[in-house]
Amino acid sequence: MSTRKNTPLQSLRVLSGIVLITWLVLPPIPLAIWSFAKGWYFPDILPKRWTLNAWEYTFSNTAGVIDSLWITIWISLAATFLSILIGVPAGRALGMYKFKGKEFIELLILAPVIVPGIAVVLGIHSVFLFMGLTNTVTGVILVHLIPTLPYMTLVMSGIFANYDAAFEDQARSLGASPFKTFWYVTLPAIMPGIIVGGLFAFLVSWSQYILTLLIGGGRVITLPLLLFNFATSGRNDITGAIGMIYILPGIVILLLTAKHLSGRSGAVGGFGQI
Amino acid sequence: MSDRKKIALLLLPAMLVIVVLFFGGLTIGLMRSFNYMPIIGLTEPNFQAYISIFSDIEFYHSFLLTFHIAFTSTVISSILAIGAALLLRRSFAGKFIVNFLFQLNLTIPHLVGAIGMLYLFSQSGSFARLAAEWQLIARPSDFPALVFDPYAIGIIMQYVWKEVPFIGVIVLANMQAIGEDYESVARSLGASKWQSFRHVLMPMIFPGVLSASIIVFAFTFGAYEIPALLGANYPAALPVLAYQKYTNVDLAARPEAMAMAVIIAILCAILIWIYVRYCRKRIRGHV
Repeated sequence: MSTRKNTPLQSLRVLSGIVLITWLVLPPIPLAIWSFAKGWYFPDILPKRWTLNAWEYTFSNTAGVIDSLWITIWISLAATFLSILIGVPAGRALGMYKFKGKEFIELLILAPVIVPGIAVVLGIHSVFLFMGLTNTVTGVILVHLIPTLPYMTLVMSGIFANYDAAFEDQARSLGASPFKTFWYVTLPAIMPGIIVGGLFAFLVSWSQYILTLLIGGGRVITLPLLLFNFATSGRNDITGAIGMIYILPGIVILLLTAKHLSGRSGAVGGFGQI
Repeated sequence: MSDRKKIALLLLPAMLVIVVLFFGGLTIGLMRSFNYMPIIGLTEPNFQAYISIFSDIEFYHSFLLTFHIAFTSTVISSILAIGAALLLRRSFAGKFIVNFLFQLNLTIPHLVGAIGMLYLFSQSGSFARLAAEWQLIARPSDFPALVFDPYAIGIIMQYVWKEVPFIGVIVLANMQAIGEDYESVARSLGASKWQSFRHVLMPMIFPGVLSASIIVFAFTFGAYEIPALLGANYPAALPVLAYQKYTNVDLAARPEAMAMAVIIAILCAILIWIYVRYCRKRIRGHV
C-alpha cells in the first residue's frame, strides 16, 4: 500500500480524533471559567472581568460547602469501608469456589448493577421511615451500599479467580494461625484489588444523587445535592467552583490508577454507576 | 469446616445486604404499588395505582420520552464508541495523553456533565454566543432550543458525552485481546476493509458491546438528576415523574410513584434476562 493512497483516510482519522477528544473535554470547561467570572453575560465569549469571589464564598463558613464536603467524604469513606469488609469475603466465595446455585447468587449480586436506584429507593424509604433511618447519615451510608457492594464484590471475585490458595495452605502447615495467614499471605496478594476496587467504590458513592436525595430527605446535603441546588438557582459562578471541587477526587483517582484501567479489569464496570 | 459452610459464611453478609436492602426495597415498593401494607392498616390490595397511571396520558408521554432518551443515547453512544475504539487501537504519537483524556470523563459525575451541557448549549450558552459572534443569530432566542426541549436533545448529548468513553474502553480492551490477526487473514483472502470489520471483528466484539449497552440503557432509563436538570417540564422523564408523585403533598399519589418504580424494575429485569442470556460468560469480574 502506498502512503499516498492513505493520506485522505489518515487525515480523516486525525480530524475525527481531534473532534472526539475536544467534545469529551469540553463540558467541564465553562464551569471552570464561570468559577472565576464576574458576571459573564451574552454575548461575551469570555468574561470581561475576573474575580475570586465565588471561590471565597465557597470556602467561607456561611456557604455550607465545607460542611457538605466533609459529610460527602465521610459517607463515601464509610460506604467504601463497609463494601470492602463485606465484598472481599463474598468475592472470595465467588472467585475461588464452584458450588450449586453459584449462577443464581451471581445474578442476585449483578441485579443492583443494572436496576436503577429509583426503582428500589422508594420502597426502602417506606421501610427506613419506620426504622427512623430517613434523614440520617447512617441511612444514606446504608443505601449507598446498594451500588457500591455489588461492584466491590465483582472486582474481588475477578481478583480471587486468579489467586492461588496453595500459599495459604503452606503458611498454615508451617504453623501460622488463620489470622496470621490472612494478614501476611492473603491480604498482600489481594491488596491491589482492594485498593483499585475501593477507590472506585468511593467514586460510585461520591456520585450518588437520587438515593441521597430521598433517604437524606433534604437533611443530608452531599456535594452533588448542593451543586444541583446552586445550578438551578442560577448562581453559575458558585456552581462552577463547587463543580471543580466535586470532580477533583475522580481526576486524582484516575491519575493513581490509569494503568489498571483496561476495559478488561472489573473496575471499569463501576463507571456505569458514576 | 466444610467447603459448603465456608462458602455460606463468606457470602452471608453480602447476601444479607443485597436481599434485605435491594430486594426488600423492591418488594415493599411492589406491595405499596398495590396499596397493600398491613403494618399501616392497608390490608386489601387493589389495582388503583396502576389503573390511575395507565388512564393518564401523562404516563404514556413520559414513558415514550424516557424510552426515546435511553434508546437514542445507547445507540448513538455504541456506534461512536466502536468508532473511537477503532481509532484508539492504532498506535500514534501522543497515545498516552489521548487515552488519558478519553478516560478522564469516566470519572466526572453525570451531574457535572449536565451542568456543562447547560452552559454550552442553552440559548445564552457558549455556542449561542459563538453564533452571535459570527452573526448567525441576533438574540439568544434565535438559537435553537437544545436544552429543556421536547426532544430531550440536551439530555441525549450529555449521555453520549458520558457513555462513549465507557463503552469505548470496554470495546477497546476487547479489540486488543482479539488482536488484528483475524482481520489480516480476512484481508489477505480478499475481504474489503468493511467486510473484515463487519464479518470478522464485529461478531467478536459484539458481546462486549451488548453488555455495556445494556448497562447504559438501564442507567439512562432510570437516572433522575440529568432529566431533572436538562429536561422540559412536560413530559418529565419517568424517574422524575415518579419522584414528583412520591414527594407530592397528596400521600395518595405515593402508590402511583411505586407503580412507576415497579415498571422501571420490570423493564430492567427484562434487560438482565438478555444480559444473562447473551453475556453470561462475561459476568465474572468482567462487567
